[in-house]
Amino acid sequence: MRSLILREARRDPAPSRLRYRLARWWLRPHVRLTLTVLVPALLVLSLAGHWLMRAQTQQMLRETAVDLREALRARPEFMLVGLSVTGGSPALRGQVSEAVTVSFPVSSLALDLDQVRRRIEALSAVAAARVSVSDAGYLAVSVRERRPQAILRHNADLYLIGAEGHRVARLASRASRPDLPLLAGQGAEAAVPEALALMRLAAPVAARVRGLVRVGARRWDIVLDRDQRIMLPAEGAAAALAEVLALHRLEALLARDITHVDMRHAARPVLRLGPNALKRRHWPDAAVEAEET
Amino acid sequence: MSLRIFESQRYMRERLRAALRRGTIGVLDIGSSKIACLVLKIDPDRLEAPPMPGRRVQAGLDAVRVIGFNNIQARGVALGEVSVIDEAERRIRAVVARAQRYAGERIDEVVVALSGAQPRSYGVSGDASVAQGEVSAQDIGAAMGRALLPDFGAGRDVILAQPVNFTLDHRTGLADPRGQVGARLAVDMHMLTVSHAAIRNLAHVVRRCDLDLAGVATSAYAAGLAALVEDEMELGAACIDLGAETTSVSVFLRRHMIFADTLRLGGAHVTQDIAHAFAASLEDAERAKIKHGDVQSTSRDDRELIELRRVGSERQFERRMITRTDLIGVIRPRVEEILEDARMRLDAAGFECLPSQRVVLTGGGSQMPGLEDLATRILGRQVRIGRPLRIQGLPQAAASAPFSALVGLAAHAARPQDECWDFELSAGQGPLRLRRALRWFRDNW
Repeated sequence: MRSLILREARRDPAPSRLRYRLARWWLRPHVRLTLTVLVPALLVLSLAGHWLMRAQTQQMLRETAVDLREALRARPEFMLVGLSVTGGSPALRGQVSEAVTVSFPVSSLALDLDQVRRRIEALSAVAAARVSVSDAGYLAVSVRERRPQAILRHNADLYLIGAEGHRVARLASRASRPDLPLLAGQGAEAAVPEALALMRLAAPVAARVRGLVRVGARRWDIVLDRDQRIMLPAEGAAAALAEVLALHRLEALLARDITHVDMRHAARPVLRLGPNALKRRHWPDAAVEAEET
Repeated sequence: MSLRIFESQRYMRERLRAALRRGTIGVLDIGSSKIACLVLKIDPDRLEAPPMPGRRVQAGLDAVRVIGFNNIQARGVALGEVSVIDEAERRIRAVVARAQRYAGERIDEVVVALSGAQPRSYGVSGDASVAQGEVSAQDIGAAMGRALLPDFGAGRDVILAQPVNFTLDHRTGLADPRGQVGARLAVDMHMLTVSHAAIRNLAHVVRRCDLDLAGVATSAYAAGLAALVEDEMELGAACIDLGAETTSVSVFLRRHMIFADTLRLGGAHVTQDIAHAFAASLEDAERAKIKHGDVQSTSRDDRELIELRRVGSERQFERRMITRTDLIGVIRPRVEEILEDARMRLDAAGFECLPSQRVVLTGGGSQMPGLEDLATRILGRQVRIGRPLRIQGLPQAAASAPFSALVGLAAHAARPQDECWDFELSAGQGPLRLRRALRWFRDNW
């Protein structure tokens, strides 16, 4: 009886020395980790890095990114169709609308809101602005108007100015804003707060005040009607004015025929008399001297 | 001389311990018919844990788990020794590679059992006076250092030298005399020598497989460790490992091996007898032995016919039937011879003086049916067939008698090593330097 199964010639079951060593090497944990995890990971990373370093790839990626961004921008959800300005005077709103210089419709993604805000705030009449995108597809601008505190006359032109001396707007005539004091002179806009303080102090004679003149960018003169002038010192102007007003209250100083009340020297106030007063009175020299001390 | 032996023993133990600490170790049983390998996973924490009461010898086995096993037919091994380096190396490589693949882990150190190499046992004793009334480790070291070594001849190496008994002032049978009060301490040691050439070849083969040799044991010792139970080891028992070309005999008493020997006879000789008697091929003879072999014939065996082809006959034309009685008639005399030989060795070792004289048969040859009765008659003692003890993860295929030595080797590797070896040797014994011992070790292995 021949066996039907042909038995294969028995092979040597032993692995070759190389295979044996390789198998043992493979069984080292760190070798296996290196070969199964680290090396493939490095390979993938280096291939990806190589692909990314190519100029064509970068070009392609950039174009794709740009296309994507454009497609996103063009979506109607992001489109702005108009501008709504709130706050401030109608004139200011018009100014703001011009200053925005955005041509609608525009995508809100393409718009630099911060830049728009800075452009609006660059307007001298605007104290602060808030720019946002409203739900209804409008660019919502809310402005806070800078309030004019005084009128500045400069080379026969009138301007409204804020407390910090910013020119807010041009003014056609003084009569349109009788509530604001008129300032003039060199460097007047740099000392607006002082002028305003003086104006508040001069409330008893407010009706007579025509304006304040900055002299030598250093001190103020208060100009009243009848060409009267109160010349205040650079330092301690408020105290000097208070002194003048006290004199006025007691002696009705300013109602007299005086052209200048010179308070520039605190220890030596000087009154300059009007021409009529000079004619009427002849001061003996001694009396003048006594007056001066 | 004796100090060198202690140093080399200590060095071997350190090697084994270092290998165990690394967590994975291989054990390799190189037999004449099969080479088997286990990959062991060691839990070092549990290895150091104190043993449970009543399980002193096998205490370390809790920490061992088998994660890989393979065995293969041996080539290039004759009479339990490596005879053809190249073939043996290839076979070891094959079995180690498969066991590693099975385990998924790599082994770097192996403990090897060698079934041949002509082990010879010696009883050695030495004594010393106790220095400070109470026995200390130094005293034990001194007594061991004073032991007179027998002349075991050139070309032999000591692979085992264990103290098995301590005597303190005529009180004998002490397992651990430390701390006891006495004047004179004597120590009995069991020393085992093997052929230097065999062990050197073995080390060479293992090194060619890129493995480190972490320890060597004779298969007699290893089989005894696996096949004997704790009580048998304590009270005295012999383990007969019936291998293919060698039969190992070991005697245990008080948990120590006190005698080991090897017969150069085994199951392969039975096969050869069958092949010779019936002019059959070795392969057919082996198959007939395994399938139909027995040692007790009954009347029924006369009617049982076995086909056993003659050598050179053509398969389709000739059939030759023999009766089972014929087969048993060939097997039995050889088995009797082996057992009688083993009995002679046991008698020579003074086995009859032991308190208990149980004999445990193990190894591939012990699977022969009817062997238990025959052995009981010939050896005149209680005989049982021993299977290896259970260790965690041991596959079913390795839980049978042929793998006793392999499992015993695992037990040996994990066994809490006898602490006597860590006793400091006294400085008065001469210049002892580890370097010298290392050089000796390297030169000899």
